[in-house]
Amino acid sequence: MVRTVTGRPGNIDSPAGPPSEAPPGFRRRWTRFVRRHRLVPYLLLLPSAAVIAALVIWPTIQVAEFSFQNYGLPQLVGSAPTQWVGFANYTQVLHDPEFWLSLRLSVLSAAAMVPLTLVVGTLVGLLLSRLGRKMAAFVSSVSILAWATPAVSASVIFVWLATPDGGVVDWFLSKLPSWLGGGAHWVGFSWTNAALPAYTLATAVVVWLGFPFIAVSVLAGLRTIPAELFESARVDGGGPWTIFWRVTYPLLRPIFQVLFLLSVIWDFGVFTQVFIIIGELGQRDEYNLGIYEYATAFQLPPAYGLASALAFILTIILLIITIGYVRASVREGALR
Amino acid sequence: MSVGVARSSPLSSWRRRLLTRRARRAGLNLLGLLVALIALFPIFWMVSTAFKPATEWYTLTPHPLPSHPTLGNFRAVIDGSVVGLPYWNFLKNSLFVTVVSVLASSLIALLAAIALARFRFRFRAVYLIMLLIVQMLPQQALVIALFIDFRSLNLLDSLVGLILVYTAFALPVTIWMLRNFVAAVPRELEEAAAIDGAGPMKAFWRILLPLVAPGLVATSVFAFVFAYNEFIFALTFLGTDTAKFTLPIYVQYFYGRNGADWGAIMAASTLFTIPVLVFFLLVQRRLRAGLIAGAVKG
Repeated sequence: MVRTVTGRPGNIDSPAGPPSEAPPGFRRRWTRFVRRHRLVPYLLLLPSAAVIAALVIWPTIQVAEFSFQNYGLPQLVGSAPTQWVGFANYTQVLHDPEFWLSLRLSVLSAAAMVPLTLVVGTLVGLLLSRLGRKMAAFVSSVSILAWATPAVSASVIFVWLATPDGGVVDWFLSKLPSWLGGGAHWVGFSWTNAALPAYTLATAVVVWLGFPFIAVSVLAGLRTIPAELFESARVDGGGPWTIFWRVTYPLLRPIFQVLFLLSVIWDFGVFTQVFIIIGELGQRDEYNLGIYEYATAFQLPPAYGLASALAFILTIILLIITIGYVRASVREGALR
Repeated sequence: MSVGVARSSPLSSWRRRLLTRRARRAGLNLLGLLVALIALFPIFWMVSTAFKPATEWYTLTPHPLPSHPTLGNFRAVIDGSVVGLPYWNFLKNSLFVTVVSVLASSLIALLAAIALARFRFRFRAVYLIMLLIVQMLPQQALVIALFIDFRSLNLLDSLVGLILVYTAFALPVTIWMLRNFVAAVPRELEEAAAIDGAGPMKAFWRILLPLVAPGLVATSVFAFVFAYNEFIFALTFLGTDTAKFTLPIYVQYFYGRNGADWGAIMAASTLFTIPVLVFFLLVQRRLRAGLIAGAVKG
């Protein structure tokens, strides 16, 4: 059948590599040892496990450790010893009004970003499934360009679109009829000077970057539903709204669940877009939890211990959501 | 008359149905064009502004196209009059970091994917779940510890440090996606090769690798985009040495310094964004399969 592979039997340990300095028979004994203890999969996993352990898991443990220490600039340069301070960092965080403000902003902005991205993405996915083949290919490849745009570029572009001098958003809003909320008061409106407009702009960036992924995933799910189901629902007199909630949504529920949890994780931890829109770390009243933690760590004077407490709180919140995501994925059969 | 109605009514209702179907199709196509317009507009506006002289972008009534297109903005970016270094310097940094980390993560992930797709062993499910969780850890939390570690290892202001981080953070997604591609290769092919006397290494090189290659391309695209776009680690690690900046940090720095020169900022952003968009259009078809296989986004 497959005759392209030629080779002598028993050729497994042919001396292809450099001559080994190990005692004769070592190689064979090693091979036998690996075989007997079924070590092959573990050996194959070793490099990835080592890299992930060193560069992701170990730092996570360190953050947890720093959060119980007074780690700051003197400790970083080694001019003062690191001391354990118990829960002092956490008490300071919990009594810090700025922490609660930033947490509130994170929660509220995720509460706007997640549903908007999901609704827009789902609508586009439904639209793509009903378009002709060529039109669907065109719209989806153009949308993928939005998804592929780097977050840094997208944020800078949206700041430019919404800039008070020469930006196209303020111009457009000022030209809108007043019953649509338009008018001259939009001329020179700043989108970055206060939290509400800044996060409105950030939401626009997040939705623009995020809807294509949702649309393509929903479309992939829709393709798995047999067309007869929709047809019979239509014959029974169901409108698009009823068909979506009675047929589409129940069948695609696992996909929606995963997309929802992923969006929550991404949008609760959104960093780059907000960092650029609020103008780096200038405006403290526009910090979300991630930015506040970053500023605590890297603005002078750096307070790595305090920032680690914030980082650990952020990590725990995301881990709780992640557990939901893992369970949804496992239920969907991802581990098979 | 009643006869006439009886004869024309099925025809007219058929015609009405045809018309409504046409109208519906036209409406759907119109909506599709609207979605395409919304997806494209910011990219279009970036490129258009990059070609506008200052007098044209700093106006009260914006025009979609430059009436006197200029290359002056691009010249300023490529000459490096703002940051002091030409654009090529940053492109070179970005490509170096990206290519090396993509190669490293693809190789390491392929080994892990083979283990997870071809073997049943004790910690398999645990490892898979660990990957899912690790992928979700917030980077702005880990960056604190990595900054402190890399400082003592002399890996700050170094592209090597970024390569290490990008390799590690690309792994979970890459392994998950590659696992599906490896599992899709029929096991019988390898067994047939073994019967024909090929050792496991030979079966890997001659059978598995060529068949997994398309999947390897798709997954490496995701690792590529992650490394090319990455912001937080580059921002934190490359704090002081401008010459080491990668493109995202360069664009952000350019924007921070050049506050109001939107023509030059958009030119820099265009030179950063367009290569990745062109790359995406080229590998699109392969990508969509991968996009569905593994949930990714930075």
